[in-house]
Amino acid sequence: MTDQAYNFAYLDEQTKRMIRRAILKGLAVPGYQVPFASREMPMPYGWGTGGVQVSAAVLTPEDRFKVIDQGADDTTNAVSIRSFFERTANVETTTKTEDATVIQTRHRIPEVALSEGQILVYQVPIPEPLRFLEPRESETRKMHSLEEYGLMHVKLYEDISRHGHIATAYAYPVTVEARYVMDPSPIPKFDNPKLGDNPAIQLFGAGREQRIYALPPYTKVVSLDFEDHPFDPSKADHPCGLCGAENSYLDEVITDDAGGRMFVCSDTDYCEDRQASGHRGKDAA
Amino acid sequence: MYVAVKGGERAIENAHAWLAEERRGDLSIDSLTVPQIREQLSLAVNRVMAEGSLFDPDLAALAIKQARGDLIEAIFLIRAYRTTLPRFGSSAPIETGKMACDRRISATFKDLPGGQVLGPTFDYTHRLLDFKLAADGEVPEGPTAPATGADVPHVTEFLNQEGLIEDALPDDTTPRDLTREPLELPADRSVRLQALARADEGFTLSMAYSTQRGYARNHAFVGELRIGTVPVEMEIPELGFSIEIGEIAVTECETVNQFKGSKTEPPQFTRGYGLVFGQTERKAISMALVDRALRWEELGEDFEGAPAQDAEFVLYHADNIQATGFLEHIKLPHYVDFQSELELVRKLRREATARTQQEAAE
Amino acid sequence: METATLTGGFASPPIDAARAFRAIMEAMARPGTLHDLDGCTPPAPLAPATGAVILTLCDADTPIYLAGNVDCPDVRDWIAFHTGAPLTGPEHCMFAFGTWGDLMPLNRFPAGCAEYPDRSSTLVAQSEKLCPEGATLTGPGIQTQAQLSVPDPHLLQANHAQYPLGVDFIFTCGTQIAALPRSTEVN
Repeated sequence: MTDQAYNFAYLDEQTKRMIRRAILKGLAVPGYQVPFASREMPMPYGWGTGGVQVSAAVLTPEDRFKVIDQGADDTTNAVSIRSFFERTANVETTTKTEDATVIQTRHRIPEVALSEGQILVYQVPIPEPLRFLEPRESETRKMHSLEEYGLMHVKLYEDISRHGHIATAYAYPVTVEARYVMDPSPIPKFDNPKLGDNPAIQLFGAGREQRIYALPPYTKVVSLDFEDHPFDPSKADHPCGLCGAENSYLDEVITDDAGGRMFVCSDTDYCEDRQASGHRGKDAA
Repeated sequence: MYVAVKGGERAIENAHAWLAEERRGDLSIDSLTVPQIREQLSLAVNRVMAEGSLFDPDLAALAIKQARGDLIEAIFLIRAYRTTLPRFGSSAPIETGKMACDRRISATFKDLPGGQVLGPTFDYTHRLLDFKLAADGEVPEGPTAPATGADVPHVTEFLNQEGLIEDALPDDTTPRDLTREPLELPADRSVRLQALARADEGFTLSMAYSTQRGYARNHAFVGELRIGTVPVEMEIPELGFSIEIGEIAVTECETVNQFKGSKTEPPQFTRGYGLVFGQTERKAISMALVDRALRWEELGEDFEGAPAQDAEFVLYHADNIQATGFLEHIKLPHYVDFQSELELVRKLRREATARTQQEAAE
Repeated sequence: METATLTGGFASPPIDAARAFRAIMEAMARPGTLHDLDGCTPPAPLAPATGAVILTLCDADTPIYLAGNVDCPDVRDWIAFHTGAPLTGPEHCMFAFGTWGDLMPLNRFPAGCAEYPDRSSTLVAQSEKLCPEGATLTGPGIQTQAQLSVPDPHLLQANHAQYPLGVDFIFTCGTQIAALPRSTEVN
């Protein structure tokens, strides 16, 4: 049931127009962070206000909406955001990746390849990939304008000299269409290869930081690396304990206080689907 | 066998039900009413209105009740409500010179037109717990005097007559609206003042205090602090004139700060300004000091690297709703990103151990 | 005020605008693809798709420029009533509407600046013909290549050459639209 006290998808029309204009400019300049006048939402900053505003601006009544947090549909914040849109936009919701037309996500890209007609909306905490090297927005904006990304390479190279590897495991920076360095949100680097050449539209919303950016379908996205230290999208070297998947991203679950642990797919829909079609891992019943 | 955790929805519903019970507390104690909060916790109400950027004492009181007295949570409720309100137009600038003052003091002159009016202040109370209040002691009526109704002139005007203080020239450009446009730097003074007016009181206080202790010291005198009500007028285009749509209580602080001068300009005092909804004088004074510190560039001063001078630092960190949201979001699940770090650290440790063993073997 | 001014908007603005935006977004995200855009009846000479772009994206915060024939009292009144968008010259507009010829030359529109390339105009060119043939398009949003009947490829190339600066284009024809962001290479 739609909550009649609020407009379709909660936001007023003027706000949606402002966000929609920002999305279009973001699509026109892939990877560039478009400032937008983020509104104060009825959920806290840092809990998906950017993603929620982008979703509200793109949803139509015909959509089937899926929300995941850490890859799972049933984490509390995913449940909370899903019920917000059930209430305010009256959209159908689903947990099936293939059935969803709009997917809002925090920290993961679904395992199943997305297709044309789908939209993936990322919740972004810190949209600026250079922020941890340079805290000033005035400086990082200048660096982007001059395509001055040397500092980022220096940082990654320092990692290599200290640890033998690039010590960034999530929110691993990428270069978009050989122009903008972009933060892909805190997805594990395992997910980075799915950013580029993706048939779906990918939209990124950072509410508190007031930025929207986008990757149109089939955009060229390259994870930063060096010739002698190529990008490595590795993950825990285990199969899923429940469905046996060898190539999915895994959560580590501590099962007892004697060091027992198991690894299970972080993408709950993917894992359930595989189990339903008869795949079994070593810890499955 | 392992079964994945489910039931987020039920967990949330149960948490909300428990929260509601906790908010109400012991049922044998009377429930607080919104008017009680509005009338008897009025300084909390004022803070919620100021930082919530919405002048509505009843809604602020309701928010305080709903938030169990957590003022930042109450401010959040007001902000989220405020964004859904339609905008019919903008009021004309309020005239604080026409304020009906409850309190008006100047630290720079012993006496002055309009007089020193202490008003309802904690200033000279001895901070001794009043146990009569615990026993619900009623308050004897205070003495009164008839209001003069005359305008109370601003102290800075007296200084300005002699050219002793920098001119504050009227500016008719429409100020930007931080709630409708993204913050951009450099931010002009109107944007900075708007951000400070809704900034967290504690943050603003600490920033102001740091200037007093030498981090961009600007020798502030409270030229004037006034608290009272001012009429709010709105221009109605169809009528061709403005009408009064109500009145609001505000606190205004004007500081008179260290003078500057140059070869071409004689020495002059400079200004800091604070204006906040309601009786909120700690915030208004803090705001004026921080405003003055942020003006270093336009006044030709040096950037000393002090936090209170750094507009980007101050403006990006002053909002308690942004700050508390982002701070508290680290409670949310992060096991996907944590797992990726865990794997990396394990890998680096394995390699380090292998290296050490190899070195030992050699 | 003419009745035509007051009518012809979206029947259900929140829903119609949401659907219209999806068509516009798909068009901008997949340059060269054609999408249906309808739901309003603007006064001549505006095409329904042009009218829907106006209703979906323009309001009091977006100065717009009307070029050539579309700058007429009927259109001005309709836009004023339905959107409140202020009219301005090409130098300060966020959106411009007109035929391709009337929108020329391109260099009078804001193309953004190095730090804020988003501060550029979106030009909505109403065309006689819009079909997937003609110039070859490559770039973000296009898997291999696409074709679109665009005018003056060399002007579009010059616009693309400024990337990440440049203006973005939406082409309308009757109830159809296609888009061409600055990121698209035209050959």
